[in-house]
Amino acid sequence: MSDKTIDVPLTAEVRNRKGIGLPANTGEPINIPRGPGALRTVILMARVTFREAARRKILWIAALGGAAFLGLSWAGLHAMIASMSPKLPAINRREGIGMMLMMVLYAGSMMTSLMAALTSCDTLSGEIASGTIHAIATKPVRRWCLVLGKWAGFVAMLTLYVLFVEGGSMGVSWLETRYFPPHSFAVLGLIWLQAILLLGVTMACSTRFSALTSGAVTLGLYGLAFVGGWIEQFGALRHIKTCVDLGIVASLVMPSDALWRRAAFRVQPPLLGAAGVSAFSSTLVPSPAIVAYAAIYAILALILAQILFEHRDL
Amino acid sequence: MGMTALTIDAEGLKKSYGTRTAVRDLTLQLRCGVAFGFLGPNGAGKSTSIKMLLGLVKPTGGRALLLGKPVGTREVRARIGFLPEHFRFYDWLSASELVLFHGRLCGLADDVLRRKVPYLLERVGLGSQDSKPIRSFSNGMMQRVGLAQAIVNDPEILFLDEPTSGLDPAGRKLVREVIREQRDRGATVFLNSHLLGEVEQSCDRVAFIRHGEIVGMYEMGAWQSAQTEVEIKAARVDSASLSRLAGIEGLVVVAADVQLGGHRLRLRVPSADCLPEVVRCLVENGAEVFSVVPQHVSLEDLFLHMMGPDPGL
Repeated sequence: MSDKTIDVPLTAEVRNRKGIGLPANTGEPINIPRGPGALRTVILMARVTFREAARRKILWIAALGGAAFLGLSWAGLHAMIASMSPKLPAINRREGIGMMLMMVLYAGSMMTSLMAALTSCDTLSGEIASGTIHAIATKPVRRWCLVLGKWAGFVAMLTLYVLFVEGGSMGVSWLETRYFPPHSFAVLGLIWLQAILLLGVTMACSTRFSALTSGAVTLGLYGLAFVGGWIEQFGALRHIKTCVDLGIVASLVMPSDALWRRAAFRVQPPLLGAAGVSAFSSTLVPSPAIVAYAAIYAILALILAQILFEHRDL
Repeated sequence: MGMTALTIDAEGLKKSYGTRTAVRDLTLQLRCGVAFGFLGPNGAGKSTSIKMLLGLVKPTGGRALLLGKPVGTREVRARIGFLPEHFRFYDWLSASELVLFHGRLCGLADDVLRRKVPYLLERVGLGSQDSKPIRSFSNGMMQRVGLAQAIVNDPEILFLDEPTSGLDPAGRKLVREVIREQRDRGATVFLNSHLLGEVEQSCDRVAFIRHGEIVGMYEMGAWQSAQTEVEIKAARVDSASLSRLAGIEGLVVVAADVQLGGHRLRLRVPSADCLPEVVRCLVENGAEVFSVVPQHVSLEDLFLHMMGPDPGL
């Protein structure tokens, strides 16, 4: 055995014992790195996730869809305004525009919900399956920070999408008719929370199930809430207590539809609501408590995703 | 040197999934400055073993310390590097962005990385491709980037999972060189492989794993004295002398056939020390010995011997 092979390990062992670490590849002395802090990890992961999400074809197709959708609602509003008789009282005019805008916002909220589930469903499961996560999770980072960072990246992406589609719908309405819906920020916030809620649920599923299963679970829950919402409204109109209770149970299982109904209530023209003409009379409106419930639900879903990811084999 | 000098110290590590046991008993002690080859057929538990040591998979039994600390802690992960099998990553990143990202995940400062990333990419032969998106990279180039990110934090233990699969000869040579450099730096290199030739050329120590259990561990080259094969050319070898040969402890007659009137015997002997006894035994039984030639036992011979006739099953 040459001197070298005996010598080098000894030096290394001494260094090791003293905790100096080994010489760097570049030859410069190094301190043993401690790993990035929690906030830095979250920011690094959020940035890379946002860029990864922004490169997905699905996002660009959805953006194109959103643009087409805005164009369509613009054309619809334009045609409606053109058809209105100039003698129509301003208040009736506003009601018509308001109704139309509500429909547009509803379709938009469905699109953002779909985006929330479809863009995030393979982020954890896909990277676990492909092994991409192995190079990341063996770095000196906390696993819960990885999940939080990924979540934050998607939140940024979904925020932009909500602003584009829903904010855009409101903008189109204002540009075409000079009508801006009431409580617009609260409405955007509610639709945003709906997307974030579904994102959390999808990510929690994605820590254990395949991408397809995760997407299906989330959209299934979304569908359940949707049907539950209609059952509840039907029950309230006909005074059938069982239907109302079923609707409430559905809202507790998945409060996404309740958030939309709350948003719809806030956005509807004041007269319509007061006259009880729309489907959203005050007896049917989800209370602010369900908003708080949904917010807590969204946070718990994120925490569950972190716990499930923390404790699984990769 | 004492226990502190062990870089990897695993004691009875075990992993079962329900009733299926992936790793039965992984007991392993390695020091720094050692390149260790972990060999076994597909499905023998190599990947699960490496993942347990990395903290990716939680063992269902046993214990393991890396650098004197429990596996999987952030403190340990800061000081190790890992190249996963079939390394894949966000394909829109360029090679330098990828290494930069992993350097940041290791907690390295950006001004350190500014110097380090070009150096590492140069080292793995991607100096001119550093700004190309890795989407355009071949498998071999991906493995090279993967190798660069694995050593970005100057690890004290470097884990490589099948690093040379899909690499061309130049790439394999590069991996060998990097392994040697890291070992000479004083790092422990843990190499999972089923490419025996690679391990033979770059490792100081090998272990064979089969059905989730280490079935043999050797210092490189040491098995050649432990497991020597010799070819003997002799005339007038009768069945009596063959049966007396077989009586020598630890000796296996691998082949015995007649060629051009003489005999060719291939024997596996426990050590070279018993060769004189073999020759004496033949001569005393009236045989005429023309030559005794020790045969090189390749790692492959040893592997097949350890794994039995069909390791794939």
